[in-house]
Amino acid sequence: MHEVGIMMNTLEAAEKAARSSGATCIHELRLRIGRMTGVVPEALESAFEVVRQGTLAAEARLMIETVPASCWCARCQEEFVSEDLLSECPRCHELSGELRRGLELELVSLEIS
Amino acid sequence: MCKECGCGIVGEVGIGGTPGGQVSSPLVHGHDHNQLHDHPHPHGHDHGTPPHTLALHQAILEKNDRVAERNRGFFKAKKLLVLNLVSSPGSGKTTLVQTTAEALKGRLRVGVIVGDLATDNDAARLRSAGVPVVQITTGTVCHLEADMVAKAMSQLPLDALDMLVIENVGNLVCPATYDLGEDLRVVLLSVTEGEDKPLKYPPVFHSADVAILNKIDLTAACEFDREKALGNLRRVSHHADVFELSARTGQGMDAWCDHLVQKHAAVRQRSET
Repeated sequence: MHEVGIMMNTLEAAEKAARSSGATCIHELRLRIGRMTGVVPEALESAFEVVRQGTLAAEARLMIETVPASCWCARCQEEFVSEDLLSECPRCHELSGELRRGLELELVSLEIS
Repeated sequence: MCKECGCGIVGEVGIGGTPGGQVSSPLVHGHDHNQLHDHPHPHGHDHGTPPHTLALHQAILEKNDRVAERNRGFFKAKKLLVLNLVSSPGSGKTTLVQTTAEALKGRLRVGVIVGDLATDNDAARLRSAGVPVVQITTGTVCHLEADMVAKAMSQLPLDALDMLVIENVGNLVCPATYDLGEDLRVVLLSVTEGEDKPLKYPPVFHSADVAILNKIDLTAACEFDREKALGNLRRVSHHADVFELSARTGQGMDAWCDHLVQKHAAVRQRSET
């Protein structure tokens, strides 16, 4: 729901980083978005179309990697991929609430010149 | 993009009835030099640089997180217990805040920051009940951000308070992502909303330290399945302390207030170490 705000934060950080490296153009932005953040990649892409106007990233590609959620099973001492927050260890069927992945909102890298 | 809540349309943030001017929400287009439009560059560039990768691995909401941490440090120094209260619209946040403040009289002094898209109604309600309150009108922003809270709290007599309640904008989606610097995130669910809210909005319920089931006096009238709701809450809000109460009738309020008094004592102790 708040993809526009998140995209504005992303572009602000990206432009700052690009400028301090002396770049004048951002060709590509790579993001990692955890599935448990509630952020919808398609909505982020639509937001990007609007928000990038007039920025160094006006012509840039947006690459989004979705990170599946994974939980830690204390009994098995192993991480397991879970489809949602209601996560049962596939080995021992113990419920786990310890989310290890899936809340990422990360600007990974830029392609600049 | 944000058709449900209107978030993202340019609006103006107001604090305590006056325009917030300098609040640097990403959705508020004041002019500071972090803004997104381009400026000419007086310094020389080598325009022949071939495209190359710049690794960042940076949290997108780093700026908000930084301000939230600053708020947290400030609250700690003031020995304040700070709650971030989130729920859907109409779950009874304002009534709960009012009755909690009244029930804690003589034990904890409570101040409130209220976030809403528009109107001063909630603040006026609390003010008439004698609770120190500042209203943030977010314009069209569907959640509170750490810097809005930082601006608003300067309008409260913090030294004369023990507990600060930040009543977030009624929304179960966006507030989940924004840390405000609180000690406890409290999610409120009323029996009128049905049993499956925790399953529909897992991020906010998962991030909660406290989950409150409100309006329990209406359980029968709503044919609300208490066991099912508590089961859903336990599955998603693993770490949360759960309270069942009615802010209107006062049922269950004692346990909730005792919990706050205990948490406040822990905050005081922590700030002295």
